[in-house]
Amino acid sequence: MQVYLPIAEVSVNAFLLLGLGGIVGLLSGMFGVGGGFLMTPMLFLIGIPAAVAVATEANQIMAASISGALAHYRRKSVDLQMGAYLLAGGIAGAAAGVQLFALMKEIGQIDLMVRLCYVVFLGVVGSLMFVESMRAILRTKRKTAYRRKLHQHSWIHGLPMKVKFRTSGLYISAIPALIIGACVGVLAAIMGVGGGFIMVPAMIYILGMPTKVVVGTSLFQIVFVTAFTTVMHATTNQTVDLALAFLLFVGGVIGAQVGTRIGGRMRAEQLRILLAILVLAVCTKLALDLVLQPSELFSLERV
Amino acid sequence: MRTPKLIGWLCLLPALAATPSAADQESVVSMLSQNRISITANFDGSEVFVFGAVKREAPAPDDSEMEVIITLTGPLEPVLVRRKKKILGVWVNADTVEVDAAPSFYAVAANKPLNQIVSNVEDIFKDISVNQLIRSVGAPQHIEDSPEFTKALIRIRESKGLYSTEPIPITVSDDTLFGAHFAMPANLVEGEYLARIFLVRNKSVVSEHSNKIDVQKVGLERWIYSEAHNHAFTYGLLCVLIAGLTGWAASAIFRRVG
Repeated sequence: MQVYLPIAEVSVNAFLLLGLGGIVGLLSGMFGVGGGFLMTPMLFLIGIPAAVAVATEANQIMAASISGALAHYRRKSVDLQMGAYLLAGGIAGAAAGVQLFALMKEIGQIDLMVRLCYVVFLGVVGSLMFVESMRAILRTKRKTAYRRKLHQHSWIHGLPMKVKFRTSGLYISAIPALIIGACVGVLAAIMGVGGGFIMVPAMIYILGMPTKVVVGTSLFQIVFVTAFTTVMHATTNQTVDLALAFLLFVGGVIGAQVGTRIGGRMRAEQLRILLAILVLAVCTKLALDLVLQPSELFSLERV
Repeated sequence: MRTPKLIGWLCLLPALAATPSAADQESVVSMLSQNRISITANFDGSEVFVFGAVKREAPAPDDSEMEVIITLTGPLEPVLVRRKKKILGVWVNADTVEVDAAPSFYAVAANKPLNQIVSNVEDIFKDISVNQLIRSVGAPQHIEDSPEFTKALIRIRESKGLYSTEPIPITVSDDTLFGAHFAMPANLVEGEYLARIFLVRNKSVVSEHSNKIDVQKVGLERWIYSEAHNHAFTYGLLCVLIAGLTGWAASAIFRRVG
């Protein structure tokens, strides 16, 4: 069944979109990632214009993250105070990101910018994940325990504007939280990703937050930043396609629920190595598209 | 049963008009199978049948062959054509030419290649071929091969099914009735489409007629499109609201199920 997407102005098979939403949702449920960094490139591959893919995906991530955020909120594993600082930074970052997006769209380099960002981020994240999970597998084989220091004092503790974060049990400067939030906001706006894959490690390693509140707080920030990004893209670039978003929501939420159940039964390291391979494969495909001579050098843009 | 009757009437026409005072005048009339194309949620392209007849005041002249050309064109609009160049190992959009007006859709029907039917001058005068419809006032100074950009525009739109410069066959019966089927793809631009019929003898246009087709998004498609462009802020909020509700509903349902 073909559906005509009113903003993307292309006709796509509805089941393809539902299926894509489902598969990416499944993966995100299995691996505990937002899935935006997989979905957006997939949308490019099926012919959705990059500008529409990014803006619509921000909307879809909001739908996908909200159930997780609610679950964490009920379990009280959200540091609302830290979340507020991350969110403040996130909104500033997203606002700047949407402006950058509009500028690049104007000069005709939006596709290039989005794809380059994807190649860089997928490449870095995929390689890190691959190396890390290989190490973890080797470590479990050797059975040598490895202990990380619970609390490290670093340059972060020398910064001004110190705030007491009760839930996380931290007394640190608000500046790093604002900066991390802002970086994630920019990524949400120009790449159509939630940014969890950057934020979660940053919260653990840079802010030193306890692991039990990290995921919930990250989801809390993502819900609001992607909501803000959606509205900004809708007003600045008019690139949010509600019909596309809705099909992806439906596929995504179902997939995510199924994925969570499958993910619970598999071993974490094996899962992560699979995800790493998938991420690197998508990265390679996008990189080749940029480097190899395209069969059509020209492209059209309606004014 | 309607067509044979129509043919019957049309066969009478030359006889009725066979007064000696009438010059060897021929004119063409035409109709479309539909005057409106609605882009709905499951729009997957459309087919338009353009048909018509030749009206004669006198018997058809036998010194020349009659040819019919039908063109179907979408609204004219400006287009940016960009060309990629390899910069630092990556293919980047480097040169841009703005084409001031190009039809968003173009298809032609005829029984021979256009240049065998109609003269160049007439083509320029009547804007028959797609090359005549594309207007490019000037490329920036540093781009020397601007015709390449126009060629690329035609090539890309042909590959998307938006242009067909290779003529579609026309069925002509008794030098009087004619018709052609046009297939229109799903990725149509909204606006007024024009079916133009040219009656040609000795490489020049003897008569022409045109019909309009209104292509519009309707229903939900129309609503989403116009909200997104006219009330962008409330549309954005609506997207957020729907995302929120879907996410919340999913978690509520699966909590009960799981």
